[in-house]
Amino acid sequence: MIVLTPLKKFQFPVQAENISPDVFQGKSVKKIASLTVWEGNKQKKLGDLFKIEETPAEAPDITINGDASEVRRVGQGMKTGEIIINGNAGMHLGEKMAGGKITVNGNASGWTGSSMKKGLIEIHGDASDYLASPYRGSSEGMRGGKIVVDGNVGSDSGCYLRGGEIIIKGNSGPFLGFHISKGAIYVEKNAGPRLGANMTGGKIIVSGVVEDLMPTFTVDGVKKKAKVDDDLKVEGPFYVFLGDLAEHGNGKLFISQPSNPQLGPIYDKYL
Amino acid sequence: MTEMLIKNSFVFDPLNGINGEKMDIAIKDGKIIESVNDRSAKIIDATGLTVMPGAVDIHTHIAGGEVNTGRMIRPEDHIKDVVRKTALTRSGTGYSIPSTFVTGYRYSKMGYTTVMNPSMAPLGAKHTHEELNDIPLLDKASYPLLGDWWFVLEYLQKGDLDGCARHVAWMMETTKGYAIKIVNPGGLESWGFGRNVHSIDDPVPNFGITPREIICGLAKVNKMLNLPHSIHLHTNNLGIPGNYVTTLETMKALESVATEGKPVCHITHLQFSSFAGDNWGNMRSAAEEISKYINAHNHMTFDMGQIIFTDTTTMTADGPFEYTLYQLSGHKWVNSDVETETSGGIIPMRYKRKSAVNATQWSIGLELALLVKDPWKMFMTTDHPNAGPFFKYPKIIAWLTSRKARMATLKKCHKKAQRKSLLPSINRELSLYELAIVTRAGQAKALGLKDKGHLGVGADADVAIYNINPEKLDIAQKYKTARRAFGNAAYTIKDGIVVVKDGEVVQHVDGKTMWLDVEASEELKVDEDMKRKFKQYWTVEYENYPVFDHYVKISDPITVKASV
Repeated sequence: MIVLTPLKKFQFPVQAENISPDVFQGKSVKKIASLTVWEGNKQKKLGDLFKIEETPAEAPDITINGDASEVRRVGQGMKTGEIIINGNAGMHLGEKMAGGKITVNGNASGWTGSSMKKGLIEIHGDASDYLASPYRGSSEGMRGGKIVVDGNVGSDSGCYLRGGEIIIKGNSGPFLGFHISKGAIYVEKNAGPRLGANMTGGKIIVSGVVEDLMPTFTVDGVKKKAKVDDDLKVEGPFYVFLGDLAEHGNGKLFISQPSNPQLGPIYDKYL
Repeated sequence: MTEMLIKNSFVFDPLNGINGEKMDIAIKDGKIIESVNDRSAKIIDATGLTVMPGAVDIHTHIAGGEVNTGRMIRPEDHIKDVVRKTALTRSGTGYSIPSTFVTGYRYSKMGYTTVMNPSMAPLGAKHTHEELNDIPLLDKASYPLLGDWWFVLEYLQKGDLDGCARHVAWMMETTKGYAIKIVNPGGLESWGFGRNVHSIDDPVPNFGITPREIICGLAKVNKMLNLPHSIHLHTNNLGIPGNYVTTLETMKALESVATEGKPVCHITHLQFSSFAGDNWGNMRSAAEEISKYINAHNHMTFDMGQIIFTDTTTMTADGPFEYTLYQLSGHKWVNSDVETETSGGIIPMRYKRKSAVNATQWSIGLELALLVKDPWKMFMTTDHPNAGPFFKYPKIIAWLTSRKARMATLKKCHKKAQRKSLLPSINRELSLYELAIVTRAGQAKALGLKDKGHLGVGADADVAIYNINPEKLDIAQKYKTARRAFGNAAYTIKDGIVVVKDGEVVQHVDGKTMWLDVEASEELKVDEDMKRKFKQYWTVEYENYPVFDHYVKISDPITVKASV
């Protein structure tokens, strides 16, 4: 049960894939302090950058108190345990994680939960771009697990989703759910343009306004409710669109009917 | 002067008929010589080690426009294989399309000293040579794509073989090329109009000639010019079930050009041209039919194009084939049309054991290599990076030399592919001598490289030493040990300098770029008509087109006397 406090405001990015419950497990404070991290192009010891303290057993495995917005790759590939960040988190938080839980009481940066396989990430602030999306060029998106964001997300979130759920309680930027094939994304407020572009499967549910709907989706009907997962059903009514037809896709877009009166004159006649 | 003596090694030098004899190899000034002074020479104690000539790769896409575009579209490929710099070596990235320096280092670590870049669009020749200049530790050469080159098609249309030969001779010098490369003859020109040719007798749009005429015509031109290598052919209908019929027809068509003693054509990555069946559902191996023909004829050489189960990138000038792959995989796709010269396509590809088609392809490659009795005809390649990255060669070596190794892999393959595979019925295991043929001697012979691929007096001092004791280690049983040994050469010696020791690069040297300086009795006159065509159809002016001498860092022109 380790508490990390940054000793300074980091000027350069810190590559800290070693801050992970799997790595810390069974290590003394002294050993943890000697783990290597990179600060810019200099290799450093974790103890050089953070104050490291041990706390009683009930607390989560790792707590970071303070601004960690330049601390990248925290919890990368973690399989078990829990991390709490009381402050902002850096890029690639929980990338490829395969279990456990990460909570951010602040904002998260780009590529949070990138290509994750299992586990839970809760962000109580905003998330930046590429939430849950794979590294540039890769098509190996999130496979399972759950991400909950209380605030807004940036562009290109949930790209290449292949399973799991993403719940966004705020607004979403453009290209949400690009090329997804399975899984579910729910946006409580508004979604940016190019929603679900190239999707071949899975579903995206938007309760707010959809700025611009791609012409490669066809309206299929209206449904009263939409199911995100077993625990969460959202009240509609929703237009159901199928697409992306440019990819011969069979994905579903659930777009709130009351929030999007502009769609009525275009699509109601096909119902 | 640098002298070196490799002592007490087991030497495998098939071109000189040496099969595992215990002997010493003497080196002076980058050449193999009879003997050196024991006292002054640097001694490499190779007791219990295997010595072979430096390995040669006849077909590997390591430089040029398509390779570089492949690098650009695959950042996810590089991030999983990042190479740090050391005090000696440069940084870079892998995986399937390594950066130039990493390409050189990784080849050298496996004991390779000569590699051939098989596909160079003439318009991209300058770029290709710039990249080749930056690949260290290896001698290189490149084959210009001439099978769909407008001038060649025009000459063949007119039936003017002498003119065609003079033009090809000019092209070799202009692009600093080494051999005539033909990719899906006629198909690439058709692809410019969204079409393809589907047999060797389909006419090419606007030219009215057939792939058969292109292949045979260029094979004759190749003979007239006395080029060291034969034509280097990527067949029509490549990668399509049932294409073995086209491959057999192509081989039969070339019988008419054949002469005693020297092969007239090299069919590359034969695995991709040996599919039977009529769709992907019932696709099966045609290795039996193809190898039967090869065993009965001597006018051609081949390389495997062996599948490796991994994530790789396919890239070929065969644009229509890449389009077929794109329709199958839905992956990101690059398509290009290189003006009047050729086309190109790139698609990332993951070959999976659990895919019936991929597993069958894997089996076809090995079946071909093992069923073709004469190792001087069939060489080891992966058509890097199309069927797998080159640094996985040790895996293929294990599959070829050990039945145990290939059965272990076959067991993990798709059940349908396992049932159809011929591998359980093949007991052949290549010996170290045969391995030396398929990885260096045979390739050097087919390429007409007189000073490579052997350790006779006067040969280039390109030597690979592996940590294998043929008296103690049975590579058929201990294939994992052999795999490690072939992946990490104990020594690689390039031009008499130790460049790799125990699998680590210890010295940086630049390799040469070989190209053909063909001396015809009458040189091609670059007339106004030709210049006008350049002005009309090319984005590059004729004056800026040739690869000038200063483009090639270490130039190694090979003079060839043509008989036209």
